[in-house]
Amino acid sequence: MKEFRYERPADADAAVALLTDAPGAAYLGGGTNLVDLMKLGVAAPDLLVDVSRLPFEEVTETDGGGLSIGAAVRNSTLASRGIVRERYPIVSEALLSGAPAQLRNAATVGGNLLQRTRCLYFQDVGKPCNKRQPGSGCPAREGVHRDLAILGASEHCVATNPSDLAVALAALDAMVHLVSAAGPRSLPLTELHRLPGDEPHRDTVLRHGELITAVELPPPVPDGRSAYRKARDRASFAFALASVAAVLQVRGGLVHHVRIAFGALAARPWRARVAEEALLGQPATEEAFGQAIDRELAAARPLRDNGYKVPLARRLAVSVLADLAAPEHGGPR
Amino acid sequence: MTTTRPLLGSPMTRLEGREKVTGTARYAVDYPVDRVAYAWPVPAAVARGEITAVDATAALADPAVLAVLSYENAPRLHDTDDRTLAVLQSPHIAHRGQFAALAVATSLEAARGAAAAIRVAYAPEPHDVILTRDHPGLYKPDEVDEGMPTDREHGDFDTVYARAQVRLDAVYETPPLHNHPLEPHAATAMWDGDDLTVYDSNQGATAVQHVLAELFGLATGKIHVINEHVGGGFGSKGTARPHVVLAAMAARVVRRPVKLALPRNQLAAVTGHRSPTIQRIRIGADTEGHVQALAHEVTTQISALDGFVEPAAVVSRVMYAAPNSRTTHRVTRLDVPTPSWMRAPGECPGMFALESAMDELAIACGVDPIELRVRNEPTVEPDSGLPFSSRHLVECLREGTRRFGWHDRDPRIAGKHEGRLLIGSGVAASTYPVYVMASHAEAHAGPDGSYEVHVSASDIGTGARTVLTQIAADALGVPLDRVRVRVGSSDLPPASVAGASSGTASWGWPVHKACTELRQRLEALGHSVPEQGLTVAADIAEDLDDREDYARHAFGAQFAEVQVDTVTGETRVRRLLGVFAAGRILNPRTARSQFIGGMTMGLGMALLEGSTMDPAFGDYAERDLASYHVPACADVPEIDVHWIEEEDPQLNPMGSKGIGEIGIVGTAAAIANAVHHATGVRIRALPIHPAVLMPPLAGARQASPS
Ligand SMILES: Cc1cc2nc3c(=O)[nH]c(=O)nc-3n(C[C@H](O)[C@H](O)[C@H](O)COP(=O)(O)OP(=O)(O)OC[C@H]3O[C@@H](n4cnc5c(N)ncnc54)[C@H](O)[C@@H]3O)c2cc1C
Ligand code: SF4
Repeated sequence: MKEFRYERPADADAAVALLTDAPGAAYLGGGTNLVDLMKLGVAAPDLLVDVSRLPFEEVTETDGGGLSIGAAVRNSTLASRGIVRERYPIVSEALLSGAPAQLRNAATVGGNLLQRTRCLYFQDVGKPCNKRQPGSGCPAREGVHRDLAILGASEHCVATNPSDLAVALAALDAMVHLVSAAGPRSLPLTELHRLPGDEPHRDTVLRHGELITAVELPPPVPDGRSAYRKARDRASFAFALASVAAVLQVRGGLVHHVRIAFGALAARPWRARVAEEALLGQPATEEAFGQAIDRELAAARPLRDNGYKVPLARRLAVSVLADLAAPEHGGPR
Repeated sequence: MTTTRPLLGSPMTRLEGREKVTGTARYAVDYPVDRVAYAWPVPAAVARGEITAVDATAALADPAVLAVLSYENAPRLHDTDDRTLAVLQSPHIAHRGQFAALAVATSLEAARGAAAAIRVAYAPEPHDVILTRDHPGLYKPDEVDEGMPTDREHGDFDTVYARAQVRLDAVYETPPLHNHPLEPHAATAMWDGDDLTVYDSNQGATAVQHVLAELFGLATGKIHVINEHVGGGFGSKGTARPHVVLAAMAARVVRRPVKLALPRNQLAAVTGHRSPTIQRIRIGADTEGHVQALAHEVTTQISALDGFVEPAAVVSRVMYAAPNSRTTHRVTRLDVPTPSWMRAPGECPGMFALESAMDELAIACGVDPIELRVRNEPTVEPDSGLPFSSRHLVECLREGTRRFGWHDRDPRIAGKHEGRLLIGSGVAASTYPVYVMASHAEAHAGPDGSYEVHVSASDIGTGARTVLTQIAADALGVPLDRVRVRVGSSDLPPASVAGASSGTASWGWPVHKACTELRQRLEALGHSVPEQGLTVAADIAEDLDDREDYARHAFGAQFAEVQVDTVTGETRVRRLLGVFAAGRILNPRTARSQFIGGMTMGLGMALLEGSTMDPAFGDYAERDLASYHVPACADVPEIDVHWIEEEDPQLNPMGSKGIGEIGIVGTAAAIANAVHHATGVRIRALPIHPAVLMPPLAGARQASPS
């Protein structure tokens, strides 16, 4: 095993400074993903800069009525906060649907968003993988890809982003706050992760050394109803086969506001903007939901063994939206 | 004369339970050993080919690295029947993941680092790793599973099947499955001159002792195998595995004790697994469901290094009266990891196929599936014609019917909804043979009134140590705390492996015999124990030969209720009930836990588990517990287990049948049958993932998903 140094700086500036001139260094959150990858030889940082105890451990209301979530907040803490459960229940639902409690206790918000794909080839250093070793090839396309992407993939990579939290945040129009040597900047969460294109080794748009400091949620949509639902092989402790986060506001039977994000279909949480646009002003009926989702999923390009994800994603989304539109029948879960 | 309440049949808690939950129980690599070194293997990176060069320069540059072994420099081993144990003996690679080299170093980290730094070059050869029903390499093996005939024919299957009023012809598939015990395969090896001591995680210390003696060309008495505590095996530790050979070899080379614990991601290739099966079942019956013709034809695979041929059709020689029958096995040799035993080898995949087919037949005939089984109950074992020593399948089905509330079930398909969930229930039978294997034991009375009983049994977490103590104390007629049973070492009287659900019978019998005789000898001495104590040894070889010819099997019935989410295709089990007839239950607590454990594993087989052969690379893709899904607590409902009191004098002095494996037999069929009842979708290839159910559900139920 490669030896590495470990530092625990006191503030963000010190953390950023440690990484800026150290191309082999990495931030360490709870370590539940990064340390696993180090054991597998997939990641081999020579310096770990522990950011899990930086002063980003608060969940606070913003002046505008939104919520600011520190990057070091643990997944279990965030999921159980009263304000989160009341105002942004899908954040809680998404977190609690992922991993077991032991991992959630350790995992941080920043680390969760930047966890890497579960593609089995990516995790096996004995095999080629464009994401791990650019230019070596993508065996998943012809090989084992039942869990992999149907949207936004490229010939170079068909990996999916595994985070449940990111799907909920995408549907909530969250912003991600960053800091680097060049100063602070903010991005919509939906712009944080990249589609693979011909650079699948770049999961995100972050530059080396850029630190996530917080995630900010806008105020909840008045009268908006929301739900997160996840389909998986195993009842717990399993990544999504497909998941959907949706926020819906209906006025006079018509869709007034809608946000839909899919998980496990692409290399990033997939905001269904085509469907959202199609639905605005339309009657909140199952038929309309189905047609809009079909338009979104027309872009799907399934591989040999993951075609089931198309009907699965459609049915998940339609049923969630229908439940949100008619809470008296079934209601959101 | 002491009179005690019989201990057999009482729910004793496990004697080593406290040690286990407090963490003081020692497993194979937990023993503190001076000057210990660590070994880390290098798995081959090709599916087939020759090693052309091994470059250890970079690895050996680290002063902590003591040795790098490969076929070029590894000590020569003697041949054994098990070619998976000829580690580092040849440049030929038979499958991906077979060991190509080994790094040994003074720290685990250095060994691991060195293993990564070893450069192995290969001349790859084309490989063939995918089983098909018409694979050109299929052949008829000489036998399946030690002495069982490959094929059997009774009557005239073809003619009777062709004329039958109701005909069923279906192909069922089970995927490769991995045992994945919680404790990986691990060993600590130490040489003292020509004496080798290994702490090894295995299911049979005597068996491993014999194999190591053969491999290293030593007398068995020179080899000491200790397996005091074992963290599960499920069959994968039933024979010696490459890790223990590597550890012993490395310890000899570096002249220090060596620890080797296989990392989880190497297990799938080198510790055995259940082979995939493709099973065609044809049944010809009359309209009342009486089976007239039954064919069960199995296609499976072994590796270039041989391995176990999954005897999946054997259950069709036992279960139902079928005057005309054919049971066959065909196997092909592929460039894959070597298959071995996994809990109920043969019965488990075989009963998925047969019991799914019986469900299909029941529906085709319009007969209740329980009634169908009762109608086809044989009077003697169909294949052998032997009488059953005891068979209470019908009683299990009836008892299960009552407890499950089967009579309230609406037989209509896809008739029960709860919102977007469809609910259904299914039933299947279970069976497992009664095996006993020759073993020895010694019982010793001390002058202080204490007793020691020795047997090289293996307690792999089942409670064997506890039940043997109950057997011994009962036979001696003394309270439990006067008896100490020692197991888990090949220095004890030789005994069989913890496998084939035979441990309690095979070890308990000589323990019972030795203790009974000791008690009689003490009585003859007027209960005065000589100063040096008194020892009695027992061997059951003759008792086994003297047994009358009977068909000996345990039976059971399993009932499952499932819910299928029509939106997602997710199946979850709501209720699972097992009723078993397995002779006398010697310890209800540990027995229940075996039945529940088996049924949980059966649930995993039905809904979750499966290893995917990667055609390009020739290895199993899922190699950790995040991707190889065993059931999590949330998947397992309360499992209800009952048994029928069964008195069978043809078994052994305790009157017991094996219980370790029958729990996994039939569960998957009961669940698949319940899924069919819930949805109308018949899944004949496991596991029943949402990916499998989604297309038919989406096709059949275009309408409302909510
Ligand atoms: C068996 C298993 C099952 C799981 N199931 C699920 C599931 O169902 N759903 C799900 O969503 N997740 C699941 N997870 C993943 C889990 O959620 C992630 O491992 C966890 O969220 C990562 O958080 P962490 O703080 O431990 O990250 P780390 O492992 O510490 O870091 C992950 C990455 O983020 C970077 N990083 C960390 N913090 C920052 C920061 N502030 N700024 C910039 N970079 C940073 C690190 O450098 C690293 O590259 C599972 C994990 C396991 C092992
Ligand atoms: S899908 Fe992406 S991560 Fe997986 S093998 Fe291909 S390149 Fe690697």
